[in-house]
This record gives sequence, structure tokens and C-alpha cells, in this order.
Amino acid sequence: MSEEQIKSLEKQFEARIARDEKIEPKDWMPEKYRKTHIRQMSQHAHSEIVGMLPEGNWITRAPSLRRKVALLAKVQDEAGHGLYLYSATETLGISREEMYEQLHTGKAKYSSIFNYPTITWADMGAIGWLVDGAAIINQVPLCNTSYGPYARAMIRVCKEESFHQRQGYEIMIKLANGTPEQKEMAQDALNRWWWPSLMMLGPTDDVSVHTAQSMKWKLKRKSNDDLRQQFIDQTVPQAELIGLTIPDPDLKWNEERKSYDFGAIDWDEFWQVVKGHGPCNKERMKARVDAWEEGEWIRDAAMAHAEKKQERKEKQAV
Amino acid sequence: MKQNLYNYILGIADNSLMLGQRLGELTGHGPSLETDIACTNISLDLFGQVRSYFQYAAKIAGDERTEDDIAMLRKERDYKNVLLVEQPNTNFAYTLGRQFLFDVYHLAFLKELQKSADLTLSAIANKCIKEVSYHERFSSDWVKRLGDGTEESKAKMQEAINDLWTYTDELFHQTEADKAMVEEGIGVDVTKLKEAYYKNVSDLLLESILEVPESKYFQKGGKQGIHTEHLGYLLSDLQYMQRTYPNMEW
Amino acid sequence: MSTKNWPLWEVFVRSKNGLEHRHCGSLHAADEDMALENARDVYTRRSEGVSIWVVESKHITASNPENNGEMFEPAQDKVYRHPTFYDLPDEVKHM
Repeated sequence: MSEEQIKSLEKQFEARIARDEKIEPKDWMPEKYRKTHIRQMSQHAHSEIVGMLPEGNWITRAPSLRRKVALLAKVQDEAGHGLYLYSATETLGISREEMYEQLHTGKAKYSSIFNYPTITWADMGAIGWLVDGAAIINQVPLCNTSYGPYARAMIRVCKEESFHQRQGYEIMIKLANGTPEQKEMAQDALNRWWWPSLMMLGPTDDVSVHTAQSMKWKLKRKSNDDLRQQFIDQTVPQAELIGLTIPDPDLKWNEERKSYDFGAIDWDEFWQVVKGHGPCNKERMKARVDAWEEGEWIRDAAMAHAEKKQERKEKQAV
Repeated sequence: MKQNLYNYILGIADNSLMLGQRLGELTGHGPSLETDIACTNISLDLFGQVRSYFQYAAKIAGDERTEDDIAMLRKERDYKNVLLVEQPNTNFAYTLGRQFLFDVYHLAFLKELQKSADLTLSAIANKCIKEVSYHERFSSDWVKRLGDGTEESKAKMQEAINDLWTYTDELFHQTEADKAMVEEGIGVDVTKLKEAYYKNVSDLLLESILEVPESKYFQKGGKQGIHTEHLGYLLSDLQYMQRTYPNMEW
Repeated sequence: MSTKNWPLWEVFVRSKNGLEHRHCGSLHAADEDMALENARDVYTRRSEGVSIWVVESKHITASNPENNGEMFEPAQDKVYRHPTFYDLPDEVKHM
């Protein structure tokens, strides 16, 4: 294809997206569109499955059977969501194994927040409430993104995730209304998860690299800073309602903006974790790599059996 | 309080509790995402069963005890599960082998429990049968896959079956509570399930091109609360929150 | 890395009798039995279905969007296939 032809195709392509048409797997698409989507979607999928680990850590220790089944179901959903997202990404011509390879070699990123440790039960509450809360803010607009398979996967994800945040907030309510020890546990979890949750919504707009292009392709509908503000504005009253204190001395309502002003985020910490030096980066990656490598003989066995079964079937047919 | 019935229910429920707990350890670490989701589903089914049984047991106890107290606040010797279900997830062949050896028993047991004169138990059994039929299909399919798969998987599956075999006989031991409940038409006479069990298990193993272990040396004691060393660690996870923060609601 | 990975399957679920099976996503499985079991565990966890079809993705033949012009546009001007093409007096009801 000549450069001119590609230019014209690209123009038509951008016009389709501007008209709110969906792009489907076999449609022509600019290489950059494909690559950007593979990167973002696989990163999203990786975040789901790495995100299983900090919460999975508490399944065996959940304090009641009711909490245990809720947590199991939630972590299982995360596996499901990872699966939907990997499948959607596969329509762009990359296999799940290749994506795993990228994750395991550190070439692909996942959400940094999962590199923080879950050290008390209250962390299950804080993750559901804050981390899922921030994730929902990020994800809901994606239900309308331009790439059809991604949008459809996100619709399913958002529908299923509606119980996740409630699950977490309910844990916090119970703790906040419990004994002084429980309340302290809840406050401590909020203290530890608040700032990483704010960072989770991405670097500030002035340093964020991909935003303009992503906006055009509807991979992003609002800037990181807008999303962060939205998250803070909706979360602060939820904390107040259950008598917990947001760990930010500079937090205060700005009547003029009708929003909360908030203190400075420690971006050095953010970049340290992104670059692989957070508290649990190594453990998380090891857990994923181990599961994959230890699973190899099992996956191979299943394939070998399937082939033998097929051969036997064919022999019988003769 | 109907002590025999109470103990009898605990005996049934503890099996699901420990097995559910073991499967819960694997969530996030499965050999593929699909398998991970499937194993978690089984765990969820088992915990659902546990809750039905313990809620009923709490009602029978008729005191302050809740389902969680019964599940998490007993001493090691007071857990009545068979040794099989507390065995660790040494590798996927052990996990699936343990599941398979238990599922075949569990399904046969529930089919009989369905006929119980105790209507609550019969209703619970009725609901569980559908879940456990699926578990049995799932675990049998996997035993076949691993047995018939590669040399490596065959060796691992055989090793797991050989090691776990020693815990199968206990499934058919009767406790005092069992005997009393059988007499009242409430409980299942597990001794009568034994023959069909070994036949079904052996058939499936042969179909999976595996050998049926010949060892006649069996372990027992779980039903009397004399467990393997694994249970203590399992309990320290299970009970951690309830022990560390007593008398709180979560 | 493994030489052979589990192939991809497409999953279709009938949400209740009377409705058609609808495509709901895909998954990996070694064989058709596993594909059905995985589909059950992945796509009907919330009682979304009463029947499942799975088909290995490679067996699907898809039309090429590049041919969309010749494939689908010729149908656009065949307005006589639609009831609104035909003029009837207003007095005629129920037709």
C-alpha cells in the first residue's frame, strides 16, 4: 500500500471513530492503533490477574464464612476479568502466551497498586472500597471505547464489578463501627491505601504521555487529574460517613470549585514502584511466573490427552 | 441438645470445610486462568455447603454459637474431617487426586443422605448433589487427562494416587455418632458405600491408564480428631482472625 | 515455553429457553469437554445460561470487511423487501 493510500485509510478510520462507530477485529486499523490497544488492554488484563494476589493472600484467613465466600467470589471475578480482557486482546493478533511472556519479563506493566502488601484484614476493605472505586472510575468510560471487543469486555467487567466496591466498603463499615481495635485497623488501612489509590489514576496531566491520542480513540475520556478529582470528591464523604479520616492534612473543601483541594502526592514513590522497586514487585512477579511454569506440565498433559483422544476417535471412524 | 446429630453434622461439614480451604489456597495460582476459576468454583460450592450445615448445627446447639464459632473456634482434636481432605496441594496431581478420591465418595454419600429422615439434612443433600456431580465430573476428567497425557503427568498422577490411597479407607469408618444416626434413619451407613466406591475409583483409574494401588495399609483417625500434622497449619490460617480478635463481628 | 498451547474457543450462551444462543466471549481449552466445562465456569457463574455451545475459533469462517461493499451494500436499495415500500389506503387496518 502506498503512503498516500494509508493516509486516506487513516483519515476514514479516524472519521469512523469520530462518528462513534465501533472498530471490529478484522477491520483495517492503523498499526499504532493496534499496538496502543494491545499495550493498554494487556496491561489491563495483567492488572486483573496480578490484582488477585494481594487479596488472594487473605482467602484462607477471612474472619467469617460470609466474608470468605465474598472474597473468593471477588478474586475469582478478577480471574474472569483478566480472561475476558486477554481474549479481547487476542483479537488483535497476539496470543495469551505472548502477553504472559511480556508480563513475566517485565516488558509489560500492570497497575502499581498491587505491589503494596496486604497486612491486615482491613486491607481487604480498603482495596475493595478505594482500589476498586478508583478502577471503576477508570473503567466505566471504557464501556464506550472505540474498539468493539474491548468495549464489550468492559461492559461485562463493569456489570460484574458492581458488587466489588460494596463488598469492600461493607467491610470498612463493620470495622469502623466495631471495637476500638477494629476501628484502628480500618483507619490504618485507609492511611496506607489512600495515597497509592490516588496514584493509581496515573501521573499528572502535564507529564502523562499518551493522553491526547488516547482521548481521540476513546481509550480515555477524561484526563488523569480530572479522574483523580472525581475520585477524591466521591470518596471523602464516604470516609466521613463512617467516621474515618483521610490521611491528608491539606484536604479541604473548596467552595468556589465545588471540589476538594488536596495535598501533594509523592510521585517519587510512584515512579519507584513503577520501576519495579515497590514493596512486593518481586513477590508478585514470582507468584505469576511460578504459577505459569509449574502449570506447564499440566497444560501439556491436557493437550497430549486431547490429541490422543482425537486420534482414537478418528481410528474408530475408519 | 441432640449431641449425636450435632456431631454427625460436624463430621460431614468439616470435610467440605477443609477441602474448600485447601482449594482456596490455590486461587490466583492455577495452571491456567480457566482452571483457576474452575477450582475456585468448587471451593465456593463447598463453603456454601459448610454454611448450610453449620447454620443447622448452630440451631441444634441452641446456644450462642454461630456458624463461624463452629467453623473457626474449635480445638484441633474437635475437628472431625477425614485425613484425606486436609492433605496439602503438593502439586496439581495431588489437588486433583484428592478431589477425585473425595468426590466419588461424596457423591455416593449425598445420594444416600438425601433419603435421610432428617428433612433439613435431606434438603441440603439434595442441593449439594448437583454441585458435587459436577465436581466429580471435573476431577475425573482431569485424572483422565493427567493419566493419559504425557509420561511426566502420568508419573505425577500415579504418585499422587499412590500417596493418597492410604487415606481412602477411613471414608468408610463409622463413628459412634454415625452408628446412632444410622439407627435413627438419619445418617448414612458408609460401610455400605465401600464396595461401589473402590469399583468406581478403580474403573476410572484403569480408564485413565493408571494403576490401582495394591497397598492394604491405611491411615485413620481424622474422624476421632487425630489428624495429620497438616491440619494444625491449616487451622492457624482458618482461625487466625477469630483467635487474635476474639468476640468481634466482621 | 510450551510448544503447544491450548487453542482458543468461542462461547455461545442461551440465557433462557426461547432465546437464541449469543456469542459471549472466548476462552482457552485443550479439548471440547474442557471447553464446555470452562465455559460453564467462566461465563455462567451468575446464572447467565441454560445452554452452551463452544466451537474452536479456527473453525469459524468470517467475511472480510474489505468486501463489505459487495457483500452488504447491494441489499440496501432493495426497499421492496420491506412493508413500508407498499402504498395502501389509510382505511385498511391490520395489514
